[in-house]
Amino acid sequence: MYNSFPKISLQRFGKINPQSIEDYSANGGFVGLKKALSLSPESIIDSIEKSGLKGRGGAGFPVGLKQKYTSGSSAENNIRFVVCNADEGEPGTFKDRMIMETDPFLLIEGMIISAYTIQATKGFVYIRGEYYASIENIKNAIKICYEKGFLGQNICGSGYSFELDIALGAGSYLCGEELTLLESLEGKRGYPRIKPPFPAEKGLWGLPTLVNNVETFSHIPFIVEKGHEEYSKIGTEGSKGTKLFCVSGNVTNTGVYELPMGITLKELIFDIAGGMKEGFEFKGALLGGAAGTFIDSSFLDVPLAYETLKEKGATLGSGAVIIIDDKTNLKEMMISILSFFKHESCGKCVPCRIGTTLLYERIKKPQLNENDFLWMQTQASYMVKNSLCPLGQSPDLPIKTVVKFFKNDL
Amino acid sequence: MQKELNKEQIISILQKYSPTKDNILKCLHELQDAHPQNYISKVILEETAKHFKLTKGQIFGIVSYYSMFSLKPRGRYLVRLCKSPVCNMLGAKSVTEYFDSKFNLKPGETTTDGMFTLELAECLGRCGKGPSMMINREVVTELDSKKIDEIINTKK
Repeated sequence: MYNSFPKISLQRFGKINPQSIEDYSANGGFVGLKKALSLSPESIIDSIEKSGLKGRGGAGFPVGLKQKYTSGSSAENNIRFVVCNADEGEPGTFKDRMIMETDPFLLIEGMIISAYTIQATKGFVYIRGEYYASIENIKNAIKICYEKGFLGQNICGSGYSFELDIALGAGSYLCGEELTLLESLEGKRGYPRIKPPFPAEKGLWGLPTLVNNVETFSHIPFIVEKGHEEYSKIGTEGSKGTKLFCVSGNVTNTGVYELPMGITLKELIFDIAGGMKEGFEFKGALLGGAAGTFIDSSFLDVPLAYETLKEKGATLGSGAVIIIDDKTNLKEMMISILSFFKHESCGKCVPCRIGTTLLYERIKKPQLNENDFLWMQTQASYMVKNSLCPLGQSPDLPIKTVVKFFKNDL
Repeated sequence: MQKELNKEQIISILQKYSPTKDNILKCLHELQDAHPQNYISKVILEETAKHFKLTKGQIFGIVSYYSMFSLKPRGRYLVRLCKSPVCNMLGAKSVTEYFDSKFNLKPGETTTDGMFTLELAECLGRCGKGPSMMINREVVTELDSKKIDEIINTKK
C-alpha cells in the first residue's frame, strides 16, 4: 500500500548508492537542474509559488513567496546566500537525516536551483554536529559536484556560478531556528536575533538569505522538472505535496514515511506502520515534537495537513508523530519535555530563562491540581508574548494540549 | 599514549581553514576530535583565537555555549545517551541506571582509566529505534544491557 503513494524526497530511497553521482543521474537526477538553468529565475519562482509548497521545517511558510522576497531585497554588490537548515533536533524528528543519508545529491540539486532563482553566489548546508553520516555524505556529494561541474564556476555551461560548503552545529537545539542558525554560522554563540528583519532581507552577514529545511529543498527539483500542476495534484487544498512523517513510539514499524499531505493518523499508524505493537493500545500522539501538540484518539480521522490540524488546534510541525500508548507515563514525558526546554533555553530573554525553569519545577510536583494547570498555562502564555525566538514560545502548546486531553495522567 | 595535542599539531589543523568566521565551529570540532582527551584545551583556545583574530574570551564564549564542546578533559570514548522524550518513553532511564550499576559511571563522569565518559544528550534523531546512544561517531539503537556490554567490550 505504502509504495502506491507518490514519492519525492524518498524517490530513490534504498535504490541508489548515495555516494554515486552516476547512480543519481541514471535515476532522474539533475533533470530538474538542467531544465532550471534554461529558464528565467522569475519563471521558476512563479512555478514554485503556484505549486503551493510550504516550508517543511515546521512553520509552513510559502516557499515561493520567501524566494520572491529574498530575490527582491536590495543587496550590497548583489550578494545573496542560500542556507539549508539541516540542524534537525526537534525530538521525534529524523527525516532530514534520511534524505542526507540516502540521497544527498537531491538536496544539493534543490539548493542549486533555489540559489539560481535568487542568483545567490554562495550557499551553506548547516548540519547538526552529531549527524556524522549525513556530514560525510554531503561533504562527499559536494566534492563530486565540483568535479563534475554542478558546482563552482559556470554550472553545466550555463554561465551561472555558485559555491557550496558545509557548516557544522555543535549541539544546540536553538540553532535550528533560522536566525539563530545564521548567528551560529557566523561563528558566534547561538543567540536569537530580533525579527524583523527576516533573513530574506537581512540574513547571513546582513545580506539577503534564503533559508529552507532539507525536506523543502528536496521538493524543488520535482516541481521544476514535472511542473507545478503535477505537484499540486498531490495533497490537500491548503497543503500541497508529500510530507515525511517520523513515526516513533510502541508502533510495529516505526520509521520515516513519505505520504501525501492529508493522510489520516489512522491510515498512517494502522494501515501503513503496521499498528500498535502487541500489548500496547493506542491512546494518542504528540504531533510535531516537543514543541508540538498532544492529541487524543478523536484525531484519528483528521487529515494530517497544515489547515485541517490548525482548525482543531493542533500542529503538524516538523512531521514528528510520537505515538502514546496506554502504558506511556505522560507525567514522565512532560517532565522530559520541560527539562529539554530548560536545558536548551539560551538565557537571553528573561521570561524564557526563568519560565522554562519554573515550568520544569512545577511539573515535577506530585499530583498536580487545577490551580497548577492554570498557573502553568498562564506562565507559558506570558513566555509566548515576551520571548524573542520560538523556544520561549514552545512550552505553550504541549502544556495546553496535555492539560486538555490527558490532565488525569499528570 | 599522547595526552596532549601540541601546539604544532594545533597550528597544522588551523592552517587548513581560512580565518573566516564561518569556519570557527568546524575548526573547533576538528581540534576537539584530534585531542586525545576529546576536549578544547587552553592551548587550543589560545591558538584558535590567534588564528581567527579574536580574543581568547570570545572563543571561550563560543566553546562554552555549545554542548558538544568540552572545556574539561574527557575519556577516549564519549558515550552520549539520548534522553529525549521518545527515548525516555522507550526506557532511556534504565539505560542510564545500567551504566551506573555495571560500570559505576554517572552522567558527566569519566572512568578512572580515562577510557569512557558518559554524557546525556538531547534527541539524537534515532527515535524510531529508541533508546539510543552514540559512542564517538558510532550510533547504537534499541539498547539493552546485552548490546551495551557488547559495544563497551569491543572498545576496552
